[in-house]
Amino acid sequence: MTLYPELTDDKRREMLTTMVLIRTYEEAILREYHADKSPGFDIGAGLVPGEMHLSAGQEPVAAGLGLHLTKDDAMTASHRLHHVAIAKGVRLREMTAEIFGRETGLGRGRGGHMHLFDPETHFSCSGIVGEGLPPALGQAFAFQRRGTDRVAVAVAGEGAANQGAFHESLNLAALWKLPVVFVIEDNDWGISVPRAQSTSVTSNAVRGAAYGMPGIRVEENSVEGVYEAAGEAIARARAGEGPSLIEVHTLRLWGHFEGDAQGYRTDLEGVPGRDPLPTYKNTLTSLGLITDSDYAAMQSSASELVEDAIDFAKESPTPNPADALKYVFAEGALS
Amino acid sequence: MSTTIHTTSQALPVEPEAGKRKLSTAKAIQEAIAQQMRTDDSVFVMGEDVGPYGGIFSSTTGLIEEFGPTRIIDTPISETAFIGTGIGAAVEGMRPIVELMFVDFFGVCMDQIYNHMAKIHYESGGNVQVPMVLMTATGGGYSDGAQHSQSLWGTFAHLPGMKVVVPSSPYDAKGLMTAAIRSNDPVVFMFHKGVMGLGWMKKNKRSIGAVPEEPYEVPIGKARVAREGTDVTIVTLSLSVHHSLDVAEKLEKEGISVEVIDLRSLVPLDRDAIVASVSKTGRLIVVDEDYQSFGVSGEVIASVAERQPELLKHVARVCVPDVPLPYASQLEYAVLPTPARIEAAVREAVAS
Repeated sequence: MTLYPELTDDKRREMLTTMVLIRTYEEAILREYHADKSPGFDIGAGLVPGEMHLSAGQEPVAAGLGLHLTKDDAMTASHRLHHVAIAKGVRLREMTAEIFGRETGLGRGRGGHMHLFDPETHFSCSGIVGEGLPPALGQAFAFQRRGTDRVAVAVAGEGAANQGAFHESLNLAALWKLPVVFVIEDNDWGISVPRAQSTSVTSNAVRGAAYGMPGIRVEENSVEGVYEAAGEAIARARAGEGPSLIEVHTLRLWGHFEGDAQGYRTDLEGVPGRDPLPTYKNTLTSLGLITDSDYAAMQSSASELVEDAIDFAKESPTPNPADALKYVFAEGALS
Repeated sequence: MSTTIHTTSQALPVEPEAGKRKLSTAKAIQEAIAQQMRTDDSVFVMGEDVGPYGGIFSSTTGLIEEFGPTRIIDTPISETAFIGTGIGAAVEGMRPIVELMFVDFFGVCMDQIYNHMAKIHYESGGNVQVPMVLMTATGGGYSDGAQHSQSLWGTFAHLPGMKVVVPSSPYDAKGLMTAAIRSNDPVVFMFHKGVMGLGWMKKNKRSIGAVPEEPYEVPIGKARVAREGTDVTIVTLSLSVHHSLDVAEKLEKEGISVEVIDLRSLVPLDRDAIVASVSKTGRLIVVDEDYQSFGVSGEVIASVAERQPELLKHVARVCVPDVPLPYASQLEYAVLPTPARIEAAVREAVAS
């Protein structure tokens, strides 16, 4: 894979560590999700009910972005979000408790896996394709008005780039020079529809030109490519020079949602060979930056964090049904 | 389960007597916005033609002269983007007032409104507030056709998470706008074009009224007894309040006593005030410029039917009968809740 010459060894190891944490997390959620849904798959049953969209394979996007962001920067994400949430620093225990629908969760069990809000890290996400982009503009607007150098990052899938919200948001962000970075994750599939059947251009990055902003496409699911592109875009935003668009050609390793048999997929045979985790591990090994035992240590400390978060979630109380009407309004309103 | 919060009776600000300083509803709204912008620099206005134009229905006239284009911000015609911008700014602690000219246009950006603005507080378990005002014009009566004349407040009241405010008078408009800007919840502020007191529209005599100069709040969720009466209760809102008062004044001469309740807000809905009035009169008429089915009128009637059905000697609705608003005046006025239709409904009620 292409290497970014200016990356330090520490940052390379940090990005791999983040990728390992994300993969470990997603594998654990996968395990918990399916643990009590059989025989006969029942989507609403079990400790983790509902739809589940996992981001295994898309770790490079998160790890490459996360290194440039502080807690004070904002991020809005889509329905496939655990990877970027983890890289943004969202509290793992509270996030997991929310996925398990517990009172200790980020939204006290009102949000669920597609609707996570962590005000401490200015993270939010949305289950509606493309519609997470406009609120990022508003966060960037507030940062700009207050004279800070904080930025907002809006992450969405390639399907979102055909939505009106995407085009309106790029125009407005460029017009007002908002400190926003738009990140499109092109995993080739909009649920079951291949990108070639939904998108009129081969790269969404070229669409940046239509709105007067730089657009760059990162190929090969390259974490170092994301790190480089995101670094430039975020520096530009912090310097008051306006928004940028980054598209990353990434990989959806598993189904659109858990339970998706992927009968439509024509690229599955080549998928394991494209897994970015062993790829980057091998790169760092061949550079002499990690050994197999370093990698095993990364995996075991990731596992410790993840199992702690899952234990926390499982041991947390479920919400009281009598409180289901709480939090509709900040000030009382129901009568 | 008990969910009543607005039960304690709370003294309302006293409406000044006639003869004091008078403003149009539009000017009252502008004054409320200006006063809050002076005391809170997180308040700003954003929307289409809110700057030098001053708002298509004069909701923001004169504000750009005082606050400049960095706080009174004209947007591109990109409703999804700029309403979302308001949401994000509110999440970060600003207090945006976002105008989208006509409520009829909300379809192009409904996701931002009902999935984002309205739900973030709940989905976050109360951890994230969205202190935003979404302001828009409603209503027909001037031949603007089916896509520029709807009221639609029932739609927003139906979807949880938004407070929905619908003033009828200049005094209420200022006090409710002040309360809306100060509220930590998203508030949809819907003004009927016919109550704004605009020079280029048929003037309603009550669209200009006495308004105190100092800032004050009219609490959101408290209905107003616009006129006391003993024979029939009309529960209504916005321009239809004025039509109902006109009818009540006319029928008083014949010895028919009509009580008019101005709801002022749909969320929260002051169900106690509705029941209290019907317990006096026993006859309920709901007048609503929104569509009849599945809306405000059904909700008002259900509020009584669920609590004290024995009160209801007579029930009627004067609404838009589930038809797109027609263009030709003769057709439009056939479906609007006109004074003539309201009067007929009252006569039928007292005859029953």
